Amino acid sequence: MPMDEVALDHHDAHDHKPGFFKRWLFSTNHKDIGTLYLIFALIAGIVGYTLSGLIRWELAEPGIGVLTQFVSGEGDVAIQNAKHFYNTVITYHGLIMIFFMVMPALIGGFGNWFVPLMIGAPDMAFPRMNNISFWLTAAAFVLACISMMVPGGSAGNGFAGGWVLYPPLSSTTGHPGPAMDVLILSLHTAGIASILGAINFIVTILNMRAPGMTLHKMPLFAWGVLVTAVLLLLSLPVLAAALTMLLTDRNFGSQFFNPAGGGDPIMFQHLFWFFGHPEVYIMILPAFGIISHIVSTFSKKPIFGYLGMAYAMVSIGVIGFVVWAHHMYTVGMNVDLKAYFVAATMVIAVPTGIKIFSWIATMWGGSIEFKVPMLWAIGFIFLFTVGGVTGVVLANAGIDHALHDTYYVVAHFHYVLSLGAVFGLFAGWYYWFEKMFGIKYNGFIGGLHFWLMFVGSNVLFFPQHFLGLQGMPRRYIDYADGFATWHHISSIGYAITLVATLVFFVGLVEALVRRRKGVANPWGEGATTLEWTLSSPPPFHQYNELPHVTAKGGH
Amino acid sequence: MAHDEVKHDYHLVNPSPWPLLGSLSVVVTALGGVTFMKGLFGLEQGTWWLLALGLAMVMWVMFGWWREVIKEGRVGDHTPVVTIGLRYGMILFIASEVMFFAGWFWSFFEFAIFESARVGPNWDSANPLFADGLARFKDWPPVGVETFDPFHLPLMNTLILLLSGTTVTWAHHALQHDDRSGAKLGLLLTIILGMAFTCLQIFEYQHAQFTFDGTLYGSAFFMATGFHGAHVVIGTIFLIVCLLRLMAGNMTSEKHLGFEFAAWYWHFVDVVWLFLFAFVYVVPFLAHGG
Repeated sequence: MPMDEVALDHHDAHDHKPGFFKRWLFSTNHKDIGTLYLIFALIAGIVGYTLSGLIRWELAEPGIGVLTQFVSGEGDVAIQNAKHFYNTVITYHGLIMIFFMVMPALIGGFGNWFVPLMIGAPDMAFPRMNNISFWLTAAAFVLACISMMVPGGSAGNGFAGGWVLYPPLSSTTGHPGPAMDVLILSLHTAGIASILGAINFIVTILNMRAPGMTLHKMPLFAWGVLVTAVLLLLSLPVLAAALTMLLTDRNFGSQFFNPAGGGDPIMFQHLFWFFGHPEVYIMILPAFGIISHIVSTFSKKPIFGYLGMAYAMVSIGVIGFVVWAHHMYTVGMNVDLKAYFVAATMVIAVPTGIKIFSWIATMWGGSIEFKVPMLWAIGFIFLFTVGGVTGVVLANAGIDHALHDTYYVVAHFHYVLSLGAVFGLFAGWYYWFEKMFGIKYNGFIGGLHFWLMFVGSNVLFFPQHFLGLQGMPRRYIDYADGFATWHHISSIGYAITLVATLVFFVGLVEALVRRRKGVANPWGEGATTLEWTLSSPPPFHQYNELPHVTAKGGH
Repeated sequence: MAHDEVKHDYHLVNPSPWPLLGSLSVVVTALGGVTFMKGLFGLEQGTWWLLALGLAMVMWVMFGWWREVIKEGRVGDHTPVVTIGLRYGMILFIASEVMFFAGWFWSFFEFAIFESARVGPNWDSANPLFADGLARFKDWPPVGVETFDPFHLPLMNTLILLLSGTTVTWAHHALQHDDRSGAKLGLLLTIILGMAFTCLQIFEYQHAQFTFDGTLYGSAFFMATGFHGAHVVIGTIFLIVCLLRLMAGNMTSEKHLGFEFAAWYWHFVDVVWLFLFAFVYVVPFLAHGG
């Protein structure tokens, strides 16, 4: 990005940091808070990933034989408890990966680190509120973990009704114990954290862009986070309302979701998915932004169709609010309503297609370098497209009647999340690692991580399409022998991703031990956004003198 | 971290213990709440002290945190650009509150409009249920539920809140013209009107012929109006803080963000009430022929 003036303050006096505890516990620095979020997401990711390991371990062979080792009781009792435990594992796997891994990493971690850097701001708009967003997320994670370990239903601890929390499984009928109540309050807490974070990002982006940086010159990652933040701000309060009703239904005798009292359990599903559908875009939009920068950087070209890219994200966000009931085709919805939700849902494929084609057009004719972040970005584009295409399939109510709650759905949303959002996350990690920590990672290990992850996650999730088409339902601990082959292959895929994850940590430790000194801009002329004008790592407080962005800026 | 060489007007806040303490108090409150409702960690159901401790901690954090914000405002950290940011922030916070109430209204409408479809004998999912429009409200509340006459106490409450909206504007204009005693008087009247609303609402609740538990109508009614009532109380406290700050000599005719935000919040609470009055009180009443 051509700039007539860029301030680089390296005076030692500027960089005096608070002491260790004050710096990391009481932080008001967006980069430190971003780092805290990333560390937190790593920890929560390990927990969520371990839970998915239990799932694939149990499902590797037909029969119930693995999870029985983790529960009390003998014979049939052990089987019953293992079933409950299995459903607890899938529930917390989903919740932890969404609320405590993807969101903290993409929005809290990279959003905090790079939104201010990219827009030329010295920090976030509300640095202290930024910190409570982080600590409330941590508090919510603590509550979720406690919820896993206190009595849920008759068959054991934790809530086992799936991450969607539908009543009556989530009402006292299904889970009378305190686990569900703790989980509700955990999600309330996570919600407050995210709303405060969303306010912070929106205000930062609207009010603190460097002189000359209009919204239409703002980097696409900041656009992605802006749209994400608006979605969070408007969808989470509705979830809070639904959760509050669930809480009073459970504890104070209200009848919102109790048919016996005149209430309607489907009302919960509407409220939940009014939040839940924007939530899937909340997880992917920041990744869209990251991918745009990486593709542009390593093709050495400005992003193709910048404005189209920005407004594609805006329209995905807007339409994302009016498609929620496509998660509910099978609840007995009237056919006109289904027709509407089919049409509205498929409309989202248009802006998403704009993004995919613009990434490809950016690469077209570019001088492409297949550095590690670029590998992840291309992997993202390929795999997200697969997930998007199966999404268009599932958008059709007629087909969804057959595929609802099958492994086809599981495969679909793991392609857009586990292979979409998470690939975007790793892409961002390798793109900005040197910038954040001031050290270089080993490119070979990074590439190995990518290829193992790419192969592993495809072996893991692609067969699940077949399982779903054959009729294998989700959320079951056991299956008929006919499903055994693909389940077995799927579990082998998990094992490959396990090796990939070990390689990731080896790469991290290697970089931390070797401490190869990073440079301000390791990517060369293709990296045009403002963060590359700063040192790696950037000074504790950057832009003490604000950068000026000239009229002809790149993106 | 204010520093000589900093050449911008943004507010770089010093490290602060309040966020960590705040989330700690949220954990205590949440676990205390579940302990009170269900019993947890071997503590009996109904154990209240953990919840009380948590809430006290939350109050302490809010007090300490906002006291710091006020101090920073008074030493000049709130430059014009920071002020704009704070305004955006308050607007966005109110926007999220609007969506919180959207949840209550949505469920209230769903319960009202689809009452007969849900509990009636002839559930036909193929039949578009929107056909009869608001006449659907004739089934709501369900037979046997005695509702309030909206043109009795609820109308009174509507007028009280509308009047309080005018007094808070009076106080605002007075403050802008540096008429501090006028501002204090207008604010005091607003607070009194707010408290009057709360008292009348409590009085009305005590005379309800239905309860929160056991009936869907009661659940939906008390949840929507109850959360509104809670917001009235919060808004009243906000206004009281402003009055105390005015009496302590805080706030100037040019800069009184705390007052502005309290007024915005108060207007928001006011508007929510108008919707509640229209749809929770009046429409079902009229659908039953008054």
